[in-house]
Amino acid sequence: MSEPLLKVRDLKIGATVYAPGEPPKDIEIVHGVSFDLERGKVLGLIGESGAGKSTIGLSSMAYGRGGVEITGGEVWINGRDILKSKLSDIRRLRGGEVTYVSQSAAASFNPAKTIMEQVIEAAVEQGKFSRREAETRARALFDKLGLPDPENIGARYPHQVSGGQLQRCMTALALCPEPDLVVFDEPTTALDVTTQIDVLMAIKEAIRDTGVAALYITHDLAVVAQVSDDIMVLRNGDKVEYGSVDQIINDPQEDYTKALVSVRSINHEEKAPTEEAVLSVRNVTARYKGTKFDVLHNVNVDLYPGQTLAVVGESGSGKSTLARVITGLLPPSEGEIFFAGRTLTEDFKTRSREDLRELQMIFQMADVAMNPRQTVGTIIGRPLEFYFGLRGAEKRKRIIELLDEIELGESFIDRFPAELSGGQKQRVCIARALAAKPKVIICDEVTSALDPLVADGILKLLLNLQKIEDVAYLFITHDLATVKAISDNIAVMYKGKVQRYGSKTQVLTPPFDDYTDLLLSSVPEMRLGWLEEVIANRKMESAGN
Amino acid sequence: MKNIPISALIGLFFTALFFLTAIFAPLLAPYGMAEVVGDVWEPSSSEYLLGTDNIGRDLLTRMIYGGRTTIFIATAATAISFLTGTVLGLTAAVSGGWVDQVLSRFIDLVMSIPTLIFALVVLSVMPVTLPVLIIVMGLLDSTRVFRLARAVAVDIEVMDYVEAARLRGEKTMWIIFREILPNALSPLVSEMGLRFIFMVLFVSTLSFLGLGVQPPEADWGGIVKENKDGIVYGIPAALMPAAAIATLAISVNLVADWILNRTTSLKGGRG
Repeated sequence: MSEPLLKVRDLKIGATVYAPGEPPKDIEIVHGVSFDLERGKVLGLIGESGAGKSTIGLSSMAYGRGGVEITGGEVWINGRDILKSKLSDIRRLRGGEVTYVSQSAAASFNPAKTIMEQVIEAAVEQGKFSRREAETRARALFDKLGLPDPENIGARYPHQVSGGQLQRCMTALALCPEPDLVVFDEPTTALDVTTQIDVLMAIKEAIRDTGVAALYITHDLAVVAQVSDDIMVLRNGDKVEYGSVDQIINDPQEDYTKALVSVRSINHEEKAPTEEAVLSVRNVTARYKGTKFDVLHNVNVDLYPGQTLAVVGESGSGKSTLARVITGLLPPSEGEIFFAGRTLTEDFKTRSREDLRELQMIFQMADVAMNPRQTVGTIIGRPLEFYFGLRGAEKRKRIIELLDEIELGESFIDRFPAELSGGQKQRVCIARALAAKPKVIICDEVTSALDPLVADGILKLLLNLQKIEDVAYLFITHDLATVKAISDNIAVMYKGKVQRYGSKTQVLTPPFDDYTDLLLSSVPEMRLGWLEEVIANRKMESAGN
Repeated sequence: MKNIPISALIGLFFTALFFLTAIFAPLLAPYGMAEVVGDVWEPSSSEYLLGTDNIGRDLLTRMIYGGRTTIFIATAATAISFLTGTVLGLTAAVSGGWVDQVLSRFIDLVMSIPTLIFALVVLSVMPVTLPVLIIVMGLLDSTRVFRLARAVAVDIEVMDYVEAARLRGEKTMWIIFREILPNALSPLVSEMGLRFIFMVLFVSTLSFLGLGVQPPEADWGGIVKENKDGIVYGIPAALMPAAAIATLAISVNLVADWILNRTTSLKGGRG
């Protein structure tokens, strides 16, 4: 067997943490990870946030991001240990032998330079190609990656192409200097599902045709299963399991891997609409102030007591705007909203306290939805005090009850948001909404910023609370797996209109309209060969293409 | 309160020294404030530690009383400036719309006139008493604080937790004082240190020009004015207040830096 391209031995990585109110201390974030990568193979690194996957990926360029330091071990590339190399040698390595594709291409490209200039920069700088050769090569790569007008797209500026295209330009950038290894750091995470599969396919073909090796970092097991040969599962800086894609997906050995594979296995029986709808949106059309473009167009949906209506769509479909209209943050230009038998006024400022109390909202980013200078007790206690006039011991008792309901417990009452994990923060936000004893809670992408396993926990909690409190959810999301897990009714939104609307079974049973078909088929499935199948069977192009 | 960095300790020490001297001036000063005790511009001696001034008063005594006046005026004016500036700035940011427009444009108008000239004009038509001086300085300086408070609050105002509070039905005052102010405090506090020093300079300038503290009251700007002719003859009396102002400026800012570092949310408070 020949020497592998990349050989990592007992890699240890440390960082300095600045805990509030404590002196800075050094911690180890990767504890001795070892693996090999053969030429032309793709290794998927998978794990939750904080698992160390990006950190390990970057170590193959001998780089530690933002105060992260490689403290021990060996990283061999092409037969030399790059951790012991001189800085000038590492410079030759980066952008030459090893290149990098980051999560957000939009933030990584310089908006003041054309795409071509940036794509060929490393190749020319490294002296691998002349300017002319590099440009020819870049055009060939644009073509291979399926970008429109490959001859001229390089002359455009980054803002003149879509997000999915820019991500492919970045892949071209990484492949241009003919590297031996490309590190893909969550390249499709920020994209819509329908755009994601195009980019995924382009990346997969480019890897296959150019024969480079790749490290593919992601938190989505279904995605990594499509592009990788092998998968390494990481958790808290330790290797949990390493194996071929087939083995990891179909025969996981470790409990943690099993949990990852079976994530989103919540089974929720849909309920038939029995009573009057608690919330009805009628013929709502809305636009943002000062624009002439209708973001929402004649939207009609109903939400029944104690049930869940999932509003699903890609970015720009108007699903979050619908939430803003219902809460009264954006008065609609036409249409009415009926809530619990009464008509809601357009602006939340003119709504009664009862209306405000019975219609609560949970936000996507739990971090910024809580005042960082208030304790959990204050955050949950304020609605109790505000709506029900609870004080002192009575208030505290109710706060503790709520903390128990969200499975956190009394010890959290004096903590600040900064001392909570992402999932815990979202739980506190749920408790704050519940404290008002609402009839309806609007959940705006509440699980999108969370790791799959944590998101699963939140969804289970929400379903459980629905049973206890008999509250209805308007659940806004782009993630169809989430929709399948919790909804009773579904509204598919596309370009400001409700494209398809009905009970879960109705919406998810064929025949589909073209858009719903595209959306449903784009959700990554955890099996081999799924990607090729979908691309072959598609009826319409995705919007980001 | 452990782990105070050495720079902050130095700053704290000198700031405390200045403030304590100001408070206990009558106990510390060796002579009476306006008492003529010696000859004109006597050099420093065991009797007069810093020498005497242009009419034979003890310079150390004048410096101590001068510091008392200067620090008192600067503190009071900073307080007024922060109170008005912060309340108006946060109100403008939270209310938005025409309230914001009217306030912001009015502040722009005031800021378009150089502060010193504005102050000179106002003080030349008003009787120069201590309260008038403090109010004029405070109000003029509040324009700067308004700008900062508004800028900081506009950023905080779009946070989801403020939106959550609005949707709960909270009143504007609650949103300003419970949701926004606690999060705007750390840039405001560090700015306060800086503005305090500007106030010291401002009052000194006014006194130097004869429109600030009126004789025989002592203040640092006034001492420079009284003794400025001495510099020609090599008498350092006019430089003493300058040294005092510089020391005070540096030490207050060392403290402000430390507070900013402790309370900033970035990296959870370094140092």
